[in-house]
Order: sequence, then structure tokens, then C-alpha cells
Amino acid sequence: MATTNAFARTYIQLDSITKATVSLHAEGISNDELASVAGRLAQVVKIKGDTVTLQVFAGTEGIPTNAEVKFFGEAPSLEVSEELSGRFFDAYGNPIDGGPRVQGEKRFIGGPSVNPYKRQQPSQLIPTGIAGIDLNNTLVTGQKIPFFADPDQPYNQVMAQVALRADVDKIILGGMGLSNDDYLYFKQAFEAAGALNKIISFVNTTEQPPVERLLIPDMVLTAAEYFAVDKHEKVLVLLTDMTLYADALCIVSNRMDQIPSKDSMPGSLYSDLAKIYEKAVQLPDGGSITIIAVTTLNDGDITHAIPDNTGYITEGQLFLRMDTDTGKVIIDPFRSLSRLKQLVQGKKTREDHSAVMNTSVRLYADAANAKTKLENGFDLSDYDKRCLEYAKEYSVKLLAIDVNLTIDEMLDTAWGLFRKYFSKTETGIKESLTAKYWKD
Amino acid sequence: MKTTGVVTGIISNLVTIKFDGHVSENEICYVDLNGVKLMAEVIKVNGKNAFAQVYESTRGLRQGDKVEFDGHMLEAVLGPGLLSSSYDGLQNNLATMEDVFLKRGEYTAPLDHDKLWDFTPIAAPGDKVEAASWLGEVKEGWLPHKIMVPFAFKGTYTVKSVAPAGQYKIDDAIATLTDAKGNDVKVTMVQKWPVKVAVGGYKEKPRPYKIMETHVRTIDTFNPIAEGGTGFIPGPFGCGKTVLQHAIARQGDAEVIVMAACGERANEVVEIFKEFPELVDPNTGRKLIERTTIICNTSNMPVAAREASVYTAMTICEYYRAMGLKVLLLADSTSRWAQALREMSNRMEELPGADAFPVDLSSIISNFYSRAGIVKLNNGETGSVTFIGTVSPAGGNLKEPVTESTKKAARCFYALEQARADSKRYPAVNPLDSYSKYLEYPEIVEYLDKKVRPGWVADVMRAKVIVRRGKEMAEQINILGDDGVPLSYHETFWKSELIDYVILQQDAFDPVDSQCLMERQDYILTEVLKVCDRKFDFETFEEYGKFFKELINVFRQMNYTPWKSEQFYNYSEKLNNILSNGNN
Repeated sequence: MATTNAFARTYIQLDSITKATVSLHAEGISNDELASVAGRLAQVVKIKGDTVTLQVFAGTEGIPTNAEVKFFGEAPSLEVSEELSGRFFDAYGNPIDGGPRVQGEKRFIGGPSVNPYKRQQPSQLIPTGIAGIDLNNTLVTGQKIPFFADPDQPYNQVMAQVALRADVDKIILGGMGLSNDDYLYFKQAFEAAGALNKIISFVNTTEQPPVERLLIPDMVLTAAEYFAVDKHEKVLVLLTDMTLYADALCIVSNRMDQIPSKDSMPGSLYSDLAKIYEKAVQLPDGGSITIIAVTTLNDGDITHAIPDNTGYITEGQLFLRMDTDTGKVIIDPFRSLSRLKQLVQGKKTREDHSAVMNTSVRLYADAANAKTKLENGFDLSDYDKRCLEYAKEYSVKLLAIDVNLTIDEMLDTAWGLFRKYFSKTETGIKESLTAKYWKD
Repeated sequence: MKTTGVVTGIISNLVTIKFDGHVSENEICYVDLNGVKLMAEVIKVNGKNAFAQVYESTRGLRQGDKVEFDGHMLEAVLGPGLLSSSYDGLQNNLATMEDVFLKRGEYTAPLDHDKLWDFTPIAAPGDKVEAASWLGEVKEGWLPHKIMVPFAFKGTYTVKSVAPAGQYKIDDAIATLTDAKGNDVKVTMVQKWPVKVAVGGYKEKPRPYKIMETHVRTIDTFNPIAEGGTGFIPGPFGCGKTVLQHAIARQGDAEVIVMAACGERANEVVEIFKEFPELVDPNTGRKLIERTTIICNTSNMPVAAREASVYTAMTICEYYRAMGLKVLLLADSTSRWAQALREMSNRMEELPGADAFPVDLSSIISNFYSRAGIVKLNNGETGSVTFIGTVSPAGGNLKEPVTESTKKAARCFYALEQARADSKRYPAVNPLDSYSKYLEYPEIVEYLDKKVRPGWVADVMRAKVIVRRGKEMAEQINILGDDGVPLSYHETFWKSELIDYVILQQDAFDPVDSQCLMERQDYILTEVLKVCDRKFDFETFEEYGKFFKELINVFRQMNYTPWKSEQFYNYSEKLNNILSNGNN
């Protein structure tokens, strides 16, 4: 972050200190302005008369009432240039990889929104090789979609795998509350893939103060907008873990005495998250920002305010869970959704795509019903038994996250399963399609 | 002299202003940020301090920055050219903004002031007129757009002169009126109206007595919405709220459609931007965009303007209603609007109601819904505004303040259900929880029985009973097992499945199935009920399943074929064969 001190005004008397904020008397201060409090970066969040409240990113531990406060006269910013490529930064945009400072054009973070009228309709498919995504929940450039996963699921691994298989120009990682192990995992995975030069990382680990995380998405997206808007590149943004980001929002609003709404989250949670996710965009001249995020859940509970608000903002969600019948981590076809899939399914992929997807999921649902019957001790019909067999094979061959197939291979695999376990009538697929793809 | 003031406090987009002179509640003011004027609205006054919500980001704003009050509330600009336009919540024209990014303080004119319109007079000198009386007409695309006496005019006027037929710009005077005191006033083709005030100027607002067709079976057949009626669609995310709303926007039998994308995803609006200029309105054969106005304040655009967007949209609807047109307003989602209210209430440190929403949420919502309705105009014509809003209940739980408040205000309830969506039974409208109060109106029943066929409503009720009984049977079968219940349970269950698969489910992405005209809905319900009225005598529950699955398959294939095409008749033939082979 650029912190030019030339015009800095300095104060040395704090009026109040909370765990995340300090207040003082100061004049001519502007909203959102960056400051430093005893050397720690802070931002103006409230002005009331001549009392100014600052959010101190690194926390206020040990800050005395006579701490030196310097105001920098402008909002937080990032210097952008091609030099960002291949680099690792902290939440303030300072290098943490031992390399030099990045020289470039100063951009204020958290900038304005794209005029919706200027947006293009997303239409480019992002293949990942994972059928739970490509077949059932196809990703499209300009989309924003989170993984919903319990903390014990391998979401970071899956995300890294998706990112490295995706055909994009830049991958920008925003790590919020990342464990040091996961940070090293990402670093190693990117290095191993030989892809470091197209990757940029902004990382806040669990060792660092939680409020700093609030800067990460804006830093990441400012860099992403530089490459997508100025350089017309296809940018993939990875944000993990947005639940920890929301927790940091919660801490700040709590310290500012705001009235909490559902699950102690601030009432503005929806707008706060939307401001980040809506940066995903397909631009008119080919550049795009696609956001894949992680929202960790508490025991699969998607009604909690964080996943709930996220679900209303993002264009679908990818729900990771362990399939106890097969021992595989799968992308749950019932609870996952890609809202943009119809923009590419059958248009950029084979004509039978959406019919095959719907049918395979419906049959999987029938299997779930059969399983309930079985658990309740009822006799299974022949159809029920076939559904159960189908479900196992469907789970292993298509839903599991460890598959790596082309979309045509996925479709052929699904037709193979239909043929093996069901009749044409039972699949209910349009006759024009069965005539072509049902090979006896 | 305009009232002025200075900024004394800033929390996010709430600013406090110390002012001189007088300000009014909801007055618009402009905050000067280094020469950029940021629009704001007064929402509370305390002594010489005004609290205003700024419609833009307040980054960089300072204590002491100058404020100028504008003397009026937020107004919509009304005149020819509204259709096919795309506005933000404050009615700035998004299409005429140059930059890819929205710029603070950039306000664009809602209407084209240079365009020439073909004007034809309606009123003649000597006519007595009042607010909303028709003075003349221009062709807005195919639509006869009435030029009216401005809604703000009070009392009776006498027409002194009306411009002869010819081409005029919206700011040209097209009539001169004389008021009761003998003063002359000029009237142009454009007028302004404060968005938070309902437009009047009509004789009466009767109970709705007609149906607004959507060509979505689960609505038209099962729970129809009245023209001038209100409805709402609550549902957890991923249940197809937006798909359903877009289907209604594409197919709804209305002359003018206003879509308010309120705090939702930008890509959904882009879909409308891209598709509506291409898609054809099934009712007129013209492009959909020609009858559509889009108000777009997506989730990342400023929160205060989000609140304004639904009012701007409603005011435009009321304007077209006053021309005697059938208008449909779709707002997605009213929950985001309520959340905008909550954010402001929170920043003003008001005592919160349930879930931190403001305590007057319920009255704000019902006040808004009450602006819909069918009206008899003073000249005897009718116009209507039908309103369907979506609600995004937190956690998918319908027992939350926005859903509960809306339930009190809206007459149709289309409950989207997670379980139906999970099993891909789209549209995921729960047929039993949902309702249309209009089916209880004798005038609506009479209308439907006349419009569709005698006995229609009774048949619909019968179908509902079968669905309800089918659900009870399904529960019994689940508890007792397939073999543990009499075969008649399976028969009832499968009859309800037939209704579900053939009538309630509909493919919104299929060009044929997505648009089911009333005539066809009549055919389908009649044929399905014929099956339901029969008694079947299969030996085992498996045979029931097999028989009905085959039947459902043929019915569904038929739904995908064009109405009365050769293929359609082939399937109808096939159905007859299956039914005559089925034992009875």
C-alpha cells in the first residue's frame, strides 16, 4: 500500500480505544481515509463532528492514549503493473516473498462498480475435468461461485486443482485466515505446476490480525481489475475463506456498537459481500474476472447468515461432502448449482448435455428415496435396487472430485450408466436424443 | 433562495448536515465533494441537523463540505421514451453513460430531449380537463402513449389550445390550459412526479375481476393472479425465483412491463439486456424490449438508490396505467429493498424491530403493494398495475419479517420449496402451500368459467384435492411401505404425480413448453382429469408405477411439441392407445 507521508497531519491524543478501533479529535479528515496509529495502518470509518473513528487493521493491543496518529489524506491503494505477476503479498500489498516493492500506477482499492449496461453476457466455459462441476454445474467466465464445505473437507485442494486446470491468463489468490500449512500448500501447488508467473497472491494467515483480512478482497480485486480491464486478460480470483472474512466484519461492527442482525452479523452483510462478489464480470473487450470462493459451513448448515447471504449473491454454489457409500469426496448434485450453466450447456457443449445432467440427477434422487426406504426396513422394488446400484457407480465415476474427464467423456459415461441400469422410458429423455445417443 | 448546509458527520452513506433555513423530509440535496455533486435524500431532521442518505459512495467526503438543498423530493421524469430504457434506481439512463465503470456524481437524463415524436391531439379547445386527462397521443413504438395533464395539477382547467398534429420534442408545449382563476399554463410532453407518493387521477379502484395470464401452468391453472392484483414469490436461493420471474416477464400478458432489479445480481440483468431485444413478445409479435423498462440497481450499486429503485419503477407503472394500459411490475427482490431500509435504520441508531429491521417495515411494504390495482379512469377507460415481487427469506425460513409482512399485503403466494428444487421439479412452486386469494372472488370465478370454459374453476379445485390426497398417500406409503398400504393408495399417489409432472412442472428453457397458452392449459387439465377420473385395477403397485410412468412420459413429450402440430396429435393418439390398453 502506498503511504506517502508528504501531506500527513499528525495528532497525539486518543479519546477512546476499543479492540479494533480508536477515536480522536481531528479536523478536515475525509471518509475512508488511510492513517497510521502508532505505526499500524488504520482507516477512517466514522466522522461525527470533530471526532474521528479509525479501524486499526492490526488490532489495538498495546496502543497508548498518546499514540501518534498520522492521516494520509486518501483511501487505501495498490500500485499495479505487470510486475505483480508471480508475487506474494500481505494484506497491505507489501511483498512477503523477499522480492522488491512493485512499481506501478496507484489505484484506490474498493473502487466503483461496472455499469451493468456495459457488461457482456458470460459465455465462455471453464472446463475443470471434474464432472461434478463440468457436467452438473458448468462454470462460465465472469461467474462468481463459492465452494460450500465443512472445515474438514479438502476445499483448498479442490480449488487449487480447479484453478490450475482452468484455461486463464492470471490466477489471483486472496487468502484470509489461511492456516500457514494451507498457505504453503498453495505455494507448493502453484510452483509444482510451473504456473507461478501467472499467479499473484495476497495472504493473511491465522498468525496475523483478523481485521487485516478486510483488505484482502479489495486488494485482490483491484489487481484483478487491472489485468482484466487494462490488459483484457481472463482473470480467475480465488478467495478463501470468506466465512473468516465475514467474521472480521462482525468484529468491527460489534466494536462500533452497531445493532447486529441474524447470527450476530452486521445488517449490511449482504451489501458487504455483494460488493466483493459483484466484481466478477465479463467485459466487452474480452477481459473477465471469475471468482471462485470458499465459504466454510458449520456442520453443513446453509441457513447461517454467511452462507445464506452468499447464496443469494453468487451464481450458484458447489457443495462438497463425503459420500459415505463410496468413501469419496463428491460435489453434491442436489445442493450444488451453477446459475450460468445454461449459457454454455448444449451451446458450447453437446446438445444432450442438459438432458443427461437432469436425468442423471433425478435418478440419483430416486436412489436417495430408495435408500430411505431401505433404512426404514422396507422391501425394495426392482427399480429401487437398480437405482441404488446406479447411484454408487454414478458417485464414483462422475461425482467424485478425483475424476478428470472431457465433457464428452462425461456424457458418454452417463449414457453408459443409463443403459446399464434403466430403460429408455424410465429415463424420460426426449426421443430425439435417445435415438442418437442410446446405443444398444 | 435555496437552503444550504455543511457536513458535520459521516458514517458510511449516512451524513449529518447542519443547515440554515428550512428543509423538508425526503428533500433531495447535493453534497459537494471537490466539485462533484453527490445526490442525497433527507431522512430525518433534528433541530438544525438533517440526516441524509447519500446515493453514492461517501469516500473522501469531509466534515465541512458544502450541501445545497433542492426544494423537492426524489422525482421520476415521465414522458415518451421510457419504454426500452435502462435506468438505475434514480432513473439515470445507464445506456448513455460513457465509462465502463459507474462514475460518482454522473447523472444522465432519463429521456431524450432532442427526439421528435409524432403528436396527435385528443383534447380540443374548450374541454374541461384535470390531472391525468388525456390531451394528445404520440406513438411510442407501437404503443399509443397519452400525453396527459400533469398529475401535480390541482383542480379543473379549460383547454385553451392544443398543438396541431405534427412532430414535437418532449419539451415543446403541446397545450395551453387555463385554470379557474384565468391563468394560462403551458403543458409539455414531460412531467415530474415524486416517486414515494402514489399517483392518483382515476375515478375508482374496483376489486380485480380479470386474470393476468402468465402462461406458466402452476400459476394460471392452479393459482392465477388477477390483473391489477398482487403476488409474491418467496424462496430460498437456488429455487428458481429469478427464472420464474423472467418467464413471467417474457410471457406475461401485459402491454407494458417494468422490471426492477433491486439489489440482485448484475449478470441476471445482463441476461435481460441481451435477450429482450432479440426475443419476440408472444402477445404482439414485437420485440420484448419494446414493451419493457428496466430499473437496475444491482447489489453492488449504492444501497440508498436500491431503496429508491422500487418506487421509481412503481411510479413509471402508474404513469402508464393512467393511459389506460395493462402494466406489470416485477421486483426482484423486495428483501433487498427491506435490507436497504435496515441498513439506514441501523446507522441512524433507531430502536430495531425483529431481525434488526425497522419497526415500520410492515406498513412500508403494505403501503407499496397498495399502489398496484386495476383502476377506472375519469374517461371511463381502465388501466392496471399488477405487481409481483420476489422475497429472499433469510435461511429460506418463511417466518422472517419481510416474508410475514409481505404475506399480509399480497394476495397471491407462490411458495418456492427447497425439496421440489432439489428433485428438479421446476418451477419449484409448492402447489399446496401456495394460494391465490382471487380464486375466492366470485367475479374472478365467473370470469374464468367464461374465459376458459364452464366448470373450469371446479376442475382446478378437484385437481388440487388430488394433489393434496396424493401427498397424504405418499406419506403413508413412506411410513408403511409399498406393500403395507392398499393398492388404491398407490393409485391416488400416481394420479397426483401425473398432475405434478404434466401440469405443475414446466420447462422454462424449452421454447415450446415454456409458453403454455390458456387454451392448451385447458386441454391438458381436461385430459389429465379424464385419467384421474378413471378407476384402475392393477394387480400390483409396480404395475401402477409402470403404467403411470409411461403415461407421464407421453404427456411430457407432448408438452414439448408445438400445439396442434402433427407430432402433438401423434402423442395424443399414443395416449389414447395406452389408456385403452390399461385395464379398467
